[in-house]
Amino acid sequence: MPATEMLPSSTPTTKRRPDHEGPLLEVEDLAVEFRTRDGVVHAVDGVSYHVDAGETLAILGESGSGKSVGAQAVMGLIDSPPGHITRGSIRYRGKDLLGLDEGARQRVRGRDIAMVFQDALSSLNPVFTVGDQIAEMYRVHEGASRADARRRAIDMMDRVHIPAATSRFDDYPHQFSGGMRQRIMIAMALSLGPDVLIADEPTTALDVTVQAQIMDLLAELQRESTMALVLITHDLGVVADVADRIAVMYAGRIVEHGPVIELYERPAHPYTQGLIDSIPRMDDDREELVPIAGAPPNLMKVPSGCSFHPRCPIARDECATDEPPLYAVWSGRESACHFWEEVVSSHD
Amino acid sequence: MTEPLVQVRGLVKHYPLTRGIVFKKQVGTVRAVDGVDFDLASGETLGLVGESGCGKSTVAKLVLRLEEATEGQVFFEGEDIHDMPHGRLRELRRQIQIVLQDPYSSLNPRMTVGDIVAEPFAVHRSVAPRESWRRRVQDLLERVGLDPDHVNRYPHQFSGGQRQRIGIARALALDPQVLVCDEAVSALDVSVQAQVINLLRQLQSDLGLAYLFIAHDLSVVRHISDRVAVMYLGKIVEVGERSDVFREPGHPYTQALLSAVPSPDPRKAGENDRIVLEGDVPSPADPPSGCHFRTRCWKATERCAAEEPALEVRAAGHPDACHFSEIRHVVR
Repeated sequence: MPATEMLPSSTPTTKRRPDHEGPLLEVEDLAVEFRTRDGVVHAVDGVSYHVDAGETLAILGESGSGKSVGAQAVMGLIDSPPGHITRGSIRYRGKDLLGLDEGARQRVRGRDIAMVFQDALSSLNPVFTVGDQIAEMYRVHEGASRADARRRAIDMMDRVHIPAATSRFDDYPHQFSGGMRQRIMIAMALSLGPDVLIADEPTTALDVTVQAQIMDLLAELQRESTMALVLITHDLGVVADVADRIAVMYAGRIVEHGPVIELYERPAHPYTQGLIDSIPRMDDDREELVPIAGAPPNLMKVPSGCSFHPRCPIARDECATDEPPLYAVWSGRESACHFWEEVVSSHD
Repeated sequence: MTEPLVQVRGLVKHYPLTRGIVFKKQVGTVRAVDGVDFDLASGETLGLVGESGCGKSTVAKLVLRLEEATEGQVFFEGEDIHDMPHGRLRELRRQIQIVLQDPYSSLNPRMTVGDIVAEPFAVHRSVAPRESWRRRVQDLLERVGLDPDHVNRYPHQFSGGQRQRIGIARALALDPQVLVCDEAVSALDVSVQAQVINLLRQLQSDLGLAYLFIAHDLSVVRHISDRVAVMYLGKIVEVGERSDVFREPGHPYTQALLSAVPSPDPRKAGENDRIVLEGDVPSPADPPSGCHFRTRCWKATERCAAEEPALEVRAAGHPDACHFSEIRHVVR
C-alpha cells in the first residue's frame, strides 16, 4: 500500500505575503510528552497539519486525544517541566517557531497567532475591567497611548457585538454573561489582527442558543479578514458547517484528515466512522446508537501498532503490531488505517 | 392509562438572596423554580431540557426532597413526598434514586467499588442481609456492563464511562421505580456517551424503570425520551410527546432552542432556519413580568408583559405557554 504523504490542496482565497511560499501555519511531526512521577504521557505523538489564510481547519477529538496540547505547543504555552516538545517543527510563514527565543516568540503570540480558550471566566483577570484588558494589548504590543488604546478597544468590542461598548468598557468580567465574556476573549484575541486564530473549544461551556451566536460571530469575523481559523472541538456538530477541513485525532495522533463533507459522507477510518455513528441526532429516530466499544487509552500506555486496534471492529493481527502511517486515500484525504479501503468501500 | 407514578404540582423553590455576614438581611429572592407541574408514568422517560439556570436541577432535587419546596407537592403513588414524616420519606427514597453528572466527584475515592455499590444496603438495612451484599453487588456490576471481579478496585482505576456505570449500579441497588438522571451522560465523550445511553435504555426495558432525564443536550434528550418538557427561567414552557415537541413546537423558545442545535452533517449546513436569540437569559432574581421569555421573544406584545400565559393546549396540539403559540418546523 502506498505510504506517501499528500499535501492537501489549499483554498483559492489564499493571500500570501510575497516573501513566503507554502502554507501560513504548518505543523510537522510534532510530539509533546509530559514527564510525570507515574510515567511519560505521550500527549501528542507525531502530528502534522497545515492551515492557509482564509481557511478553517477543525481538529476533532475526544478528551485526552491531544488536541489541546497540540494547540498549546503552537502558542508556546507548554509548561516545561513537565512538558517537553521532543520532535517536530511549527512553521509560521516558513519560520520555525520552536527555534525562536522567548522574546521573539512573545512577538508572534497575539500579533501573528492568537488563541481563544474554552473558559472565558478563568481566562480573564477578575480585578481589571474588560476594557483595560483589551486596551492592554495595544499598550503593550504597540505602545499606544491610553486614549488611543481605549478608543481601539471600544472599536474591537463593537466588532464582536457587545451592546453599548463605550459604557461597558469599565465593567468587570463578572458583570458579563458567559456568552459576552467569550466575546471579550475573542475581541482580545483579534485586537492585534492576527493571521491565525486558534479557538480551543470556544463554545463548549456555553448554552446552545449562545453557542450559535458565538459560531456566527467567528464565521463573520473570518469573512471580514483572511484570517486562518483552527477550531479545536470534541463536537462534530459545532464545526460541521464552518470547517473546510477536519483532522480527527485519537490518542495523540491524527487518524484521519480531509474535507468536511467527504469525511462525513465517506469516513476512511473506523474511529471516525464510530464517532459519527455514536452521535445522537436531532434529525433521525434511530432507536439504538452504535457506540464504539471500550474507552480511549491511557496515554502512558498507548496500545502497540494502531492505537485504536483494541476498540476497532475490523482489527486484524497486524493492527496490533504495525503502526499505520497516514495513507493517502485520495487527493486531500488521509487515513491512518491499514484497511482504509475496506472502510471506504463499506459506504457503497 | 393508570395513575402516574410521580405527580408534580405547583412546585416552587425560592432561595433567599442575602447581604451581610453576621446579620444576614434578605435583599431579594432567586426564583429557581417558579410553578412547575408534570407527571411521570411508570416505565416512561420524561426529558426535562433547558439552558443553564433554568431550574432543571433544582427540580431534580425537589423530586427527591433533597431540598425543601417553598410551595407545591410531589406525589409518589399518591403520597406527598414534601408532607410526610422523615421515617416514611426514608422508606420512599428506596423507590426514587438519582444518577449525578460528574462521575469523578460523585464517587468517594477512598471506597472500593464494592463498598460504593453496597452502601445503599448499609443505609437501608432491611433490604438485604449482609451475607448477600457481595453477590448482589456483583450482579449489579454485571448488569451495568462491568466486570464483577472488579469489586475491590477503587474509582480512579476506572474510566469516566465506567465510573458512570458504577453510579448507575449504586442507584439500582435498592430496586427503585424511578431514576432521576441529572445530566447523567453530559460529562462523557460521544463514543462512551452512546454506550451509557444504550445501557440506560436496556435497563429501562429490563426493569421497567421510569426516568426523569434532565439534560441540556437536546439530541440526547430526543434520543432517550418518550415525552419532553422544556424549561425556561423556572417554568415549563412546553410539554408533550417527543415527536410532537421536536417536530411541531409551538412555543417560540422551544423553536429557538431546537433550531440552535447544530447538525453534525455538513451537507445540512444552512438548511435549518436558525433562530438566533438576542441577548441573554434574565436573572431569576428579577424575572420579567408576565411571560418570562418576552424580553427575548420576537413575537412579544404588551399582552405578554401584562398577562402570564398558562401552560395549556393551544395551536400546537400539546401544552405550551405562549399567547401567540403557532407551529413552526425547525428541525429538518
